[in-house]
Amino acid sequence: MYEFEFIRPKNIAGAVEALASEDAQVLAGGQTLLPTMKQRLASPETLVSVAAIKEMIGLCTDDDGRLCIGAATTHAQVAAQSNYRALAQMAAHIGDPAVRNRGTIGGSLANNDPAACYPSAVLASDATVVTNMREIPADAYFQGLFTTALEEGELIIEVKFPIPEAACYKKFLQPASRFALVGVFVAKFPDRCRVAVTGASEDGVFRWSDAEEALNSEFSSDALASVLLEADGMISDVHGSASYRSHIAGVMAQRAVSEIVAET
Amino acid sequence: MAKIALNVNGQPVSGDVEDRMLLSAYLRDTLELTGTHIGCDTSQCGACSVHVNGALVKSCTMLAVEADGTDVGTIEGQAASDGSLNVIQSAFKQHHGLQCGYCTPGMVMAAAALLKETPKPTEAEIRSYLEGNICRCTGYHNIVRAIQAASGQ
Repeated sequence: MYEFEFIRPKNIAGAVEALASEDAQVLAGGQTLLPTMKQRLASPETLVSVAAIKEMIGLCTDDDGRLCIGAATTHAQVAAQSNYRALAQMAAHIGDPAVRNRGTIGGSLANNDPAACYPSAVLASDATVVTNMREIPADAYFQGLFTTALEEGELIIEVKFPIPEAACYKKFLQPASRFALVGVFVAKFPDRCRVAVTGASEDGVFRWSDAEEALNSEFSSDALASVLLEADGMISDVHGSASYRSHIAGVMAQRAVSEIVAET
Repeated sequence: MAKIALNVNGQPVSGDVEDRMLLSAYLRDTLELTGTHIGCDTSQCGACSVHVNGALVKSCTMLAVEADGTDVGTIEGQAASDGSLNVIQSAFKQHHGLQCGYCTPGMVMAAAALLKETPKPTEAEIRSYLEGNICRCTGYHNIVRAIQAASGQ
């Protein structure tokens, strides 16, 4: 990889200041960024590590009962410590154990890979992405393939999850990459359901509104049987065609709902 | 350049490293601990797996400067100081858990991390934990048997 300068600030203010310099980039767990830099697909001049910023690591519950996860918290920590069970289970199956020991929630969200797991959990749970500048609701945060609402120099500090009444994430694994070929996160709140799909669309993670409507009128996997996801706009590659992915999204959604129904 | 100081297999080491140097390169080229293998160098294969503060990590996907102040464990630290193999290494030998041996250091480090978290893993738990460690001889059956044996099962 190209040369860069490595900085490890101890607090958020120091990180924000370092990020203001030209071609500076946040380094969280580095599980995507370092391989990308090795391939010379990214060449930041400065890497600003957030690993030493204690206030960005760990889980807690706020006054509204929301689960707050520091942006530099690893997948392994979320898997072990989250009281939001569906989220813990999702985190426990990202990548492999070594990746989970380094990769972070903030890194996953800032990158917004179209096949990553976390974006679907954040979107379905109606979570809020908190940065050094503002609070961004999930519906406004994800803006397409590797694209988010984050501005230049903006740093994710934490993510706040309202905890649904019940939730389930079902991932159809792409076994070589361990990413989702298609993943569906279903979150059931007292007044509504939210369904988010990752891995499927050319525009990245999205809310499947037809499925949400069907589940709002009747929460059962049968209610989804006649809801079809349009193949138009879905990813088509060597691992699966667009129509295959839209079909799998339906199957994963039904499995997630069945599991929720069985457990409640 | 950055100055780093860390413990490797219980021994303090320190020195200057280039900011872009990977932990795998630091271990192999600077410290000459060549038991940590570089297989793919793309974070896929797990041959370079080491422990950082006790957690399994792919050393090709971590910078040496990020290891400043940590405790790093490599395959060289698994055997006793007199060279006698530990229970995992012995089980790999006894159950023929290696063929060409290239993936073995990573497999042993992964197995050690697993057994610390889950002392009596099921076969499914072992296979799941080894998802990030690839054996291109496809010798998985004996690797799994070796880890089961090492756990006293």
